Amino acid sequence: MPSYRDLLQQVKAEIDEVDVSRAREIVDAPDERPLVVDVRELDEWTEGRIPGAIHIPRGNLESRIERAAPDRAQPILLYCAVGNRSAFAAKSLGELGYENVTSLAGGYTDWKRNGFPTEVPRSLDAAKRQRYSRHLLIPEVGEEGQLKLLDSRILLIGAGGLGSPASLYLAAAGVGRLGIVDDDVVDASNLQRQIAHSTERLGESKADSAKRTIEALNPDVDVVTYKERITSENIDRILADGWDVIVDGADNFATRYLLNDASVWHDIPLVHGSIYRFEGQVTVFTPHQGPCYRCLFPQPPPPELAPSCAEGGVLGVLPGIVGSLQASEALKIALGAGETLTGRLLLFDALATEFNEVTLRRDPDCPVCGEHPTITEYIDYVEFCSGRPTHA
Amino acid sequence: MKTVRIPPALRSETEGKREVHAAGGTVRELLDDLVSRFPSLRSQLVDGDDIAPFVNVYVEGEDVRTLDGLETEVHDGSTVILLPAMAGGA
Repeated sequence: MPSYRDLLQQVKAEIDEVDVSRAREIVDAPDERPLVVDVRELDEWTEGRIPGAIHIPRGNLESRIERAAPDRAQPILLYCAVGNRSAFAAKSLGELGYENVTSLAGGYTDWKRNGFPTEVPRSLDAAKRQRYSRHLLIPEVGEEGQLKLLDSRILLIGAGGLGSPASLYLAAAGVGRLGIVDDDVVDASNLQRQIAHSTERLGESKADSAKRTIEALNPDVDVVTYKERITSENIDRILADGWDVIVDGADNFATRYLLNDASVWHDIPLVHGSIYRFEGQVTVFTPHQGPCYRCLFPQPPPPELAPSCAEGGVLGVLPGIVGSLQASEALKIALGAGETLTGRLLLFDALATEFNEVTLRRDPDCPVCGEHPTITEYIDYVEFCSGRPTHA
Repeated sequence: MKTVRIPPALRSETEGKREVHAAGGTVRELLDDLVSRFPSLRSQLVDGDDIAPFVNVYVEGEDVRTLDGLETEVHDGSTVILLPAMAGGA
């Protein structure tokens, strides 16, 4: 009866082994990179792995390898802690018909001792697993997507009608950092629609009020407040804090054109939403891939032809719908999932309960994102939107 | 007749109607017909001999500026969308 040591020697004689230096060369080869399979147990895997490896514990190897490597000719590099379990694993795969299997002699221990690159796979803790369980069940999100959301940084311009629902849903979804730019304070006339605030917060800064609501909803979110009006003077400083997506919930044309130009120059997608009475518009301006706001509306209307919600009114629930659509677009951008509204303008009419869509195209002559831009630095946006003739 | 969708900001000029019917085979003819019946629409839609730069006109979901502009043909049963910019968000 052979001992374990005898059996190991026998198996090692039957399989192909490589040392860590050779393994590193194989792993770094751009064209013939093998499938690297870590056959250790979960607790070992979570403490560190060879970058790009997949995890199939030794006990599940035979049942799961076919899904990971349907082609029996696919080169496979197996490793464990020191190279013993992976030797037995290599023998098993050989018996399953895999033709090109090697085992890493010395295993992960030797790899790490040589100072070769490793990575610690991230995972959600039990509390986050429970909080985001409905996301984890969706194939397009899952654990990897949820970790992406927790790493993402989304800037909201305005904590008002659109910013309230957008910020709450982004926070609930677990977006790791939310920036809120708003210089206003909560007024009684806001509460018909601005659900991030409340009666007891009257007179409080909207940015602070939204931050309190968000933190009560989800303490995972880091909320950065900017209690200032966004302008040509401060926008570069605010964007320098690092944002993946901007959600535009502004209430005036000057801010919208400013955000557009900054989004193109900083190459940050801009999720646009606007509302008036019973109607809303939503789109995504993806710099250099789709049109920008100036491609859509090269010039703002004269002020007398463009009443604001303060002047013309707005159905309270309308920003709830439009702001939620903006949150949905922002989440998809953060996840890299699905098709955004880039190149499409969605029109919503609450009175008729009707959605319409029109096509947006890039304007090759656009002064900001066109082939020969004529506007390359911030202009006087208030002047541009004043209805008086300007050079712009 | 063709259907023209009137955005909320312009409905005060069309007696509150969200859709109106208009006659004509091109965008120019449709707008002429509209403006003759609702004269206060003119300053909101037309700038000189062109569509005002702050309004978009869509035929079958396409901006007529990317088609033949005012001469873009509009077929029976087509819907024309007039779309002025809106800035509201608060």
